[in-house]
Amino acid sequence: MSAFSAIGEEREIDRDEYTPGVEPQPTWCPGCGDFGVLKALKQALPEVGRTPEETLLCTGIGCSGKLNSYLDSYGFHTIHGRSLPVARAAKLANPGLEVIAAGGDGDGYGIGGNHFTHTARENHDMTYIVFNNEIFGLTKGQTSPTSPKGHKSKTQPHGSAKEPVKPLSLSLNAGASYVARTAAVNPNQAKDILVEAMEHDGFAHVDFLTQCPTWNKDARQYVPYIDVNGSDDYEFDVTDRVEAAEMMRTTEQALYDGEVLTGRFYVDEERPSYQQEKQAIGEMPEEPLAERYWDDDYEWERSYDRFLDKHA
Amino acid sequence: MTDNELIWRISGGSGDGIASTSQNFAKALMRSGLHVFTHRHYPSRIRGGHTYTEIRAAADPVTSRGDGYNFLLALGDSFARNPQEEAVYGNEEIKPLSENLDELREGGVIVYDEGLLDPSDIPDFDERVEANDWHVYPLDLRGLAREQGREVMRNTAGVGATCALIGMDLGHVEDLMSDAMPEKILEPNLEILETAYESVLEEYDADAHDVTVPTGEHEEQQVLLSGSDAISYGAIDEGCRFIAGYPMTPWTEVFTIMTNNLPELGGISEQVEDEIAAAAMAVGASHAGVKAMSGSSGGGFALMSEPLGLAEMTETPVVLVEAMRAGPSTGMPTKPEQSDLEHVLYTSQGDSQRVVLAPGTIEEAYEQSRLAFEIAYEYQIPAILLYDQKLGGEMLNVPKSHFDREPNADLGKTLSEAQLAEQPHTPDGKFHRFQHEADDGVSPRSVPGQKGGRYLATGNEHGPSGHINEDPDNRTAQIDRRLEKLAAIRERLDGAGTQTYMGPEEAEYGILTFGSQQGTVREAVEVLNADGHSVKALGVSDMLPFPNAEVEAFIESVDAVLVVEMTASGQFRGLVQKNLGRYGEKLSSLLKYNGNPFEPAEIVDGFESIVVEGSGLDSSTTTFVPAAGD
Ligand SMILES: Cc1ncc(C[n+]2csc(CCOP(=O)(O)OP(=O)(O)O)c2C)c(N)n1
Ligand code: SF4
Ligand SMILES: [Mg+2]
Repeated sequence: MSAFSAIGEEREIDRDEYTPGVEPQPTWCPGCGDFGVLKALKQALPEVGRTPEETLLCTGIGCSGKLNSYLDSYGFHTIHGRSLPVARAAKLANPGLEVIAAGGDGDGYGIGGNHFTHTARENHDMTYIVFNNEIFGLTKGQTSPTSPKGHKSKTQPHGSAKEPVKPLSLSLNAGASYVARTAAVNPNQAKDILVEAMEHDGFAHVDFLTQCPTWNKDARQYVPYIDVNGSDDYEFDVTDRVEAAEMMRTTEQALYDGEVLTGRFYVDEERPSYQQEKQAIGEMPEEPLAERYWDDDYEWERSYDRFLDKHA
Repeated sequence: MTDNELIWRISGGSGDGIASTSQNFAKALMRSGLHVFTHRHYPSRIRGGHTYTEIRAAADPVTSRGDGYNFLLALGDSFARNPQEEAVYGNEEIKPLSENLDELREGGVIVYDEGLLDPSDIPDFDERVEANDWHVYPLDLRGLAREQGREVMRNTAGVGATCALIGMDLGHVEDLMSDAMPEKILEPNLEILETAYESVLEEYDADAHDVTVPTGEHEEQQVLLSGSDAISYGAIDEGCRFIAGYPMTPWTEVFTIMTNNLPELGGISEQVEDEIAAAAMAVGASHAGVKAMSGSSGGGFALMSEPLGLAEMTETPVVLVEAMRAGPSTGMPTKPEQSDLEHVLYTSQGDSQRVVLAPGTIEEAYEQSRLAFEIAYEYQIPAILLYDQKLGGEMLNVPKSHFDREPNADLGKTLSEAQLAEQPHTPDGKFHRFQHEADDGVSPRSVPGQKGGRYLATGNEHGPSGHINEDPDNRTAQIDRRLEKLAAIRERLDGAGTQTYMGPEEAEYGILTFGSQQGTVREAVEVLNADGHSVKALGVSDMLPFPNAEVEAFIESVDAVLVVEMTASGQFRGLVQKNLGRYGEKLSSLLKYNGNPFEPAEIVDGFESIVVEGSGLDSSTTTFVPAAGD
């Protein structure tokens, strides 16, 4: 019998279960795009049938990092840029969990960029939501890795001389097997994409455009948006790397030209997840490791019996 | 301390198989009934460069490298750079012989490979041989190896020659070779071994020198382990089944041993993008209910600073090992030092809420590796095992029975779903994971996936269910509770007897040390007392929480104390004074930071001139810092 009976439990789930009694109302500024992520996630989780107690939501630091203060589940509010290694290790320890990592554009594409590329490369089976508001929100409006070139802020008084990070292209090249962009102003698409991302067996990266009306007043509110998968203007195959790459470049440029393109950009259902790869070479047990510590019949092996003879 | 001891040094270049040859020879000596201790010296270089391993063997227990050595087997350095007059490295080819002469004792034996080494390259070689009564045996080891097999087998020829010259029969060496080598290379190696052995006996009179293999007997079966082996086995026996890391010398040894062994135990090892990820992954795995560890050496550990603080704040049990090497920065990657002590105690923002243990011997490395896991999981706190290149790499024989202990995979105060149902929750069902009041400050935890256990773990200060909370009363209650754990751990450690006392109980003077210097101090104390001094020593393992009462009682019981450590700034002495708030006038320091571990004689000399004579110290390898007020 599992020590984790919340995992795999089949039951009706009410959206309200995800609203914490302790902190039902977020402290985000009025009009903040982060509300859109929270709402979409609260809708998506019951749809994929994941209850609060089989879900582990790991966040970074930033306005976005507060997501798990306002969404009731198991949560780990980590440190700036480090939600991914915490999250992927938890997934390896107990693959039955629904593991989601989330954080800001500074958190994920800046300080945590190394973890982002490597988690994507390894294709860990998890969902990664990046709240992309093109700004450092929590620290009061500094230029972020996705702020457009020329962006002025207190720390870039002459306008940023840097080209912004291209998150979708970066993700594809790093090895993510599901890459999408959605926007807070597009709740239905956002919910659908989150459902797909969670159901995807591999690293699913969702670049979530979240307007920051407080610090990014000049920025677009990400309207009107175009769904590239539904639009006749854009023809490409989401399973084809080359076409996906092309579409991503177009999308990334378009954002800075005032056009908001969203949708699924790359989907690879064939690639095995990291867990599967590791199990295939005998480097990961078939049974969740976390269960073993609760199994009273398990015979823990010891070095005395296993390893000492070679030292004699 | 014994009268008859063999201290055999094999020298050559990195990549010439010195390590495996010496390990097998050490085992052969152990199997013959001797106590053995190894000391290795190598450069941060893959191919070539002066490297040696020393094996000290005696009938009685040995706890340290010796003072000098008495048998040199000088092999060639296959990867030596061409000699150039102006080059900083000088003539590398001759180094296996020339670099090792200073420490060779009077009456010592030199075997060198005349196929590769020419002593006429060494100034005054013959004069020095004469003056020191060295016995020199030039042998064409390379030629011999070439004849029977391949040139690389010259190490085997050297071992054969050694056995002939010290009066050791080949039985144990042959057994070990048969165990370790595949058929194809075993045959020629055995040939070479025997040919070298016999030709030396034919050509030379081995009785011409006094260096012989001691005879001894073990009462029970022994195993030969390094500190890194011991730490790894301690982790495994505590049910650690997850490790994440990034290579860095000398921590890589533990990482490698764990990585090689975990898959067959159904565990998981992850080599990751950097040490921030490594520590964060250990935290993530432990949060999800698995016993987990990570580790690094100085620079990599610096990157772990923030995840370490996260573990403190979220009360996530985790064990980190820190294998010190000479710093700052890249320092001397393959050389020992203890100067990361303060780094490990204080790195990461806020008041330290961690445990730091510094084992002194290979036995203690095993025990304290286990203890680190026990404490981390019982008290939900990060525990750091602090050791160094010396302890990690040296090998010692230990009775096999030392490891015959029960495994322990207990997660500490982690509740089952049935127990969780009895616990306080918020009205909407969030578990009070961080209750203000808890026995020993340890508030029981749940694991993701359990029903009735959901909570928020956060590096922000938080209230009982984990939600961010900056209320002053909550803040005080939470930090007081977390610190209360350290007081409870102090009591727990007092019961574990982790400090090591050496020498007579009543003594005039004391030596204080920590971590890996313990074995060398032990030998120095024996020598000093045999020489008529009255000295005892205390090897301290608990760096945090510090054993104030024990250390204070020790200092109080003697007239003056010499603090021995491998740092340049006296970090350990500072820690003693910080914790006890006094004794500045009673403690003087003997420091060494030139990259080589202390030899017992350096401690003996330091003690005699500093403590007994009250004079300064005239030494090129060690440094004296007087007590305050001097
Ligand atoms: C190591 C570290 N550096 C800096 C900070 C300060 N800091 C907190 S959040 C943040 C950036 C927030 O921007 P982003 O990640 O885009 O999140 P947002 O607030 O926009 O959601 C910074 C620099 C920190 N907490 N930790
Ligand atoms: S500062 Fe911006 S990102 Fe942060 S809560 Fe306010 S609107 Fe949202
Ligand atoms: Mg941002």
